[in-house]
Amino acid sequence: MTVGFILLVHTALDRAAQVARHWALSGCPVVIHADRKVTRSAYAKLQRRVKGMDNVRFVTPRRHCAWGTWGIVGATLSAAETMLAEYPDVRHVYLASGSCLPLRPVQELEAYLAERPRTDFIESVTIEDVAWSKGGFERERFTLRFPFSWKSHRELFDRWVAIQRRFKLHRAIPDPIVPHLGSQWWCLSRATLTAILEDPNRERYDRYFRRVWIPDESYFQSLVRLHSTSVESRSLTLSKFDSQGKPYVFYDDHLQLLRRSDCFMARKIWPHADRLYSAFLSNDPNVTKNAEPRPGRIDRMFANAGERRVLGRPGLYMQGRFPRNDRENGRTAGPYSVFEGFGELFVDFDTWLARVTGHRVHKHLYAPERAELAGGEQVYNGALTDSAALRDYNPCAFLTNLIWTTRGERQCFMFGPRDNQFPAGFMAADPNAQISVIAGAWAIPLHRSGLPRELMRKEAARLQRIEAGHLELLRARWVKARVRIWTLADFVEAPMEKLQDVLDEIVPLQGRRMTEVPRMADLGGFGRFLQDLKNDGMNLHLPGDFPADDFPEGPPRTMPYLVKQAE
Amino acid sequence: MSALDSYRMRLKRKKYRIRAFRKRRELKVVADRTGAIKRGHLLAFTTLRNERVRLPYFLDYYRKAGVRHFFMVDNASDDGSREYLADQEDVSLWTTEASYRRARFGVDWLNWLALRHAHGHWALTVDVDEFLVYPFCDTRPINALTDWLDGSGLRSFSAMLLDMYPKGPIDAQTYAEGQDPFEIASWFDSGNYMISRNDRFQNLWIQGGPRARAFFADAPTNAPSLNKIPLVKWDRAYCYVNSTHMLLPRGLNLTYDEEGGEKTCGALLHAKFLNTFIDKTEEEITRREHFAGSREYLAYHAVLKEQPDLWTKWSEQYINWRQLEILGLISKGNWA
Repeated sequence: MTVGFILLVHTALDRAAQVARHWALSGCPVVIHADRKVTRSAYAKLQRRVKGMDNVRFVTPRRHCAWGTWGIVGATLSAAETMLAEYPDVRHVYLASGSCLPLRPVQELEAYLAERPRTDFIESVTIEDVAWSKGGFERERFTLRFPFSWKSHRELFDRWVAIQRRFKLHRAIPDPIVPHLGSQWWCLSRATLTAILEDPNRERYDRYFRRVWIPDESYFQSLVRLHSTSVESRSLTLSKFDSQGKPYVFYDDHLQLLRRSDCFMARKIWPHADRLYSAFLSNDPNVTKNAEPRPGRIDRMFANAGERRVLGRPGLYMQGRFPRNDRENGRTAGPYSVFEGFGELFVDFDTWLARVTGHRVHKHLYAPERAELAGGEQVYNGALTDSAALRDYNPCAFLTNLIWTTRGERQCFMFGPRDNQFPAGFMAADPNAQISVIAGAWAIPLHRSGLPRELMRKEAARLQRIEAGHLELLRARWVKARVRIWTLADFVEAPMEKLQDVLDEIVPLQGRRMTEVPRMADLGGFGRFLQDLKNDGMNLHLPGDFPADDFPEGPPRTMPYLVKQAE
Repeated sequence: MSALDSYRMRLKRKKYRIRAFRKRRELKVVADRTGAIKRGHLLAFTTLRNERVRLPYFLDYYRKAGVRHFFMVDNASDDGSREYLADQEDVSLWTTEASYRRARFGVDWLNWLALRHAHGHWALTVDVDEFLVYPFCDTRPINALTDWLDGSGLRSFSAMLLDMYPKGPIDAQTYAEGQDPFEIASWFDSGNYMISRNDRFQNLWIQGGPRARAFFADAPTNAPSLNKIPLVKWDRAYCYVNSTHMLLPRGLNLTYDEEGGEKTCGALLHAKFLNTFIDKTEEEITRREHFAGSREYLAYHAVLKEQPDLWTKWSEQYINWRQLEILGLISKGNWA
């Protein structure tokens, strides 16, 4: 009573021989099929490596085992016939490849199978319900013909598929076969395998499957449904495929992971993974656990790798990830807030905001003189510097770098019409951006700048033109940022309510009101100033309607309602 | 890309290959051990000038990583580099007195050697101060990486240049022969790199890091390129265009994903900023054999007089490749 192994090999023959010897010395018969492509000298060497083992057989003649063709199934069938004919003791037959590595002692596998004498371990999924394969066609594998090799005659292959689709040249699936798919690596009971091999209709089935696409993933998987009394639809071999359909490879550093998986077999193993081979090719009874295989952790590791390859880390731009516009899966690494006009309307708004929210608050990051980083720093996270020239060389990279290197800490910064406008479009299309604008607030510092009147009007016109363009951008249909826009006049009507709205989004205050309010800049004479600009002939519209004599009884230092709010 | 464009690129590639062929005459063989190369061997290609003190560690590092044969072009060294290399069993050595600049900074020489010897091999082209790190490099040799690249149908592997620097003045500590240079220059900039796409050659153009910040803050366009593709499954039809920044045919430069995913990539730790850098700068501004009239070295020279410290409180100290992967400088991609 034992388990026999069918070993399909084509490369890394030394490793295959090593594994075959291990099984043979543990008392398990091994039937080896080597691909026709293996050179005669390499084949002879393989035979020498297992010389003297009376429970190792080779399948002759050797077949071509090109990927996705009948050769692999044909080789398996011949090997299975040899196995059943020559080793009547064998109760289960295990199909393995030359890059498989047994992870647990043979005795454990034998005991496991002896407890389940009638069970067939083969992943077998009906194509009706589940998308099993990655990107490959499912039903068409069974209804089209595939006379051309996918690897060497790709164009012919594709064209022939297209022609068959176009003219609806479908072949009938022979009764009573119900197409099933699954991993190529199975372990079948003697009874089931015998039934498959001795089926009176086998010749008909074989003829059909010869032209099925990738029959090694469907032949046994479908036929087992006709003959088995107990299908356990999972493979005992741990084998995972990446998004491109390539099998994941195991290396020395996976040793602990493989050990803890309690799987019986894994593939593929990198042929030079010396530590894995020396660690697992022993029948050390001390490692016996009689546990059920738990491939969960390895599954997760590979799932993560697949996700990294396909989705990547949002907001990261680097040598291996440089997404095209709108393919970013996250333009930036996290949410951030842009305040426009707040720094002008309130005194020390940045320090106040930092205190209230606990976030990192910068002044004008895109100021023409330098990047005004929080705390007046010259160098910041990631060794970003305050150099305006470096920043303006690639303004969007400056932003994405800042957001990436400060992950986990929300960044807030001031922005306005004096600043480099280049990144505005990038931010507007970024769902991570929260942009709040008090239009026309740039007039406040201008009011107190003491510039000659002519220059002042010119500067006001310039800033208004830039801001008008900016507001138009923010109102575009494609904007994804959370945008709020008020005129200055609107905002000062009820500043705290509006500020509260913005802050509620970025600091969940749980319904609490702010206890500390920012101090508003001195607006005394501001209405008059605006009126003077208009009188000089400027079409000043962005700040909104300010009465020319806003505060007839003299400029208040703080607005009365702010004091009330503070209590 | 229009057909005409593709054809132009083809002509350009042929031109570079012919150039490499012509420049072969400048190379005089010192030691030819190429007979020892077997199928599947990983080959390294290097040009150097007066780097004697760096050589033992360089060779040792890459031998351990799985390089089986070194192709080295010595550009008129007079410090014993040539004699040292000629004695190494796994080095094939050529020497030349010809102009480094007119060999397009050594590219023509190495293109020729690769054309002759690297067909069908994985070829690693690195300077003696560049040390490749890649995902899992602490547990898997480069062959594991190249086997995986082969299995995934990939022909080239990118590794951006990561400038490493010491804390304190550059010449405060003296590099000793055989020493790990990153014991001294163990710091780097983690997040100030700027990337754009070069539509002509389809490669990425990366700038930034300490050199952009300290030497080129006022002229960022001139900041050195940091994008590199040093590891290629060589075919005699290939050639490097400009240092190892890009190759022809252009498909080899597509080492990045444009749909949001990450492709596997590594980094070349750059041990440029050691005490040896000061002398090198002096020499290069008189030789004028480097790119754009050695403008890079002129910029260094201007700043070096002030004994700069490249270190900032936001510099990162190098630990391992996992750190680089977390920082987003390299990626495992779907290699697990």
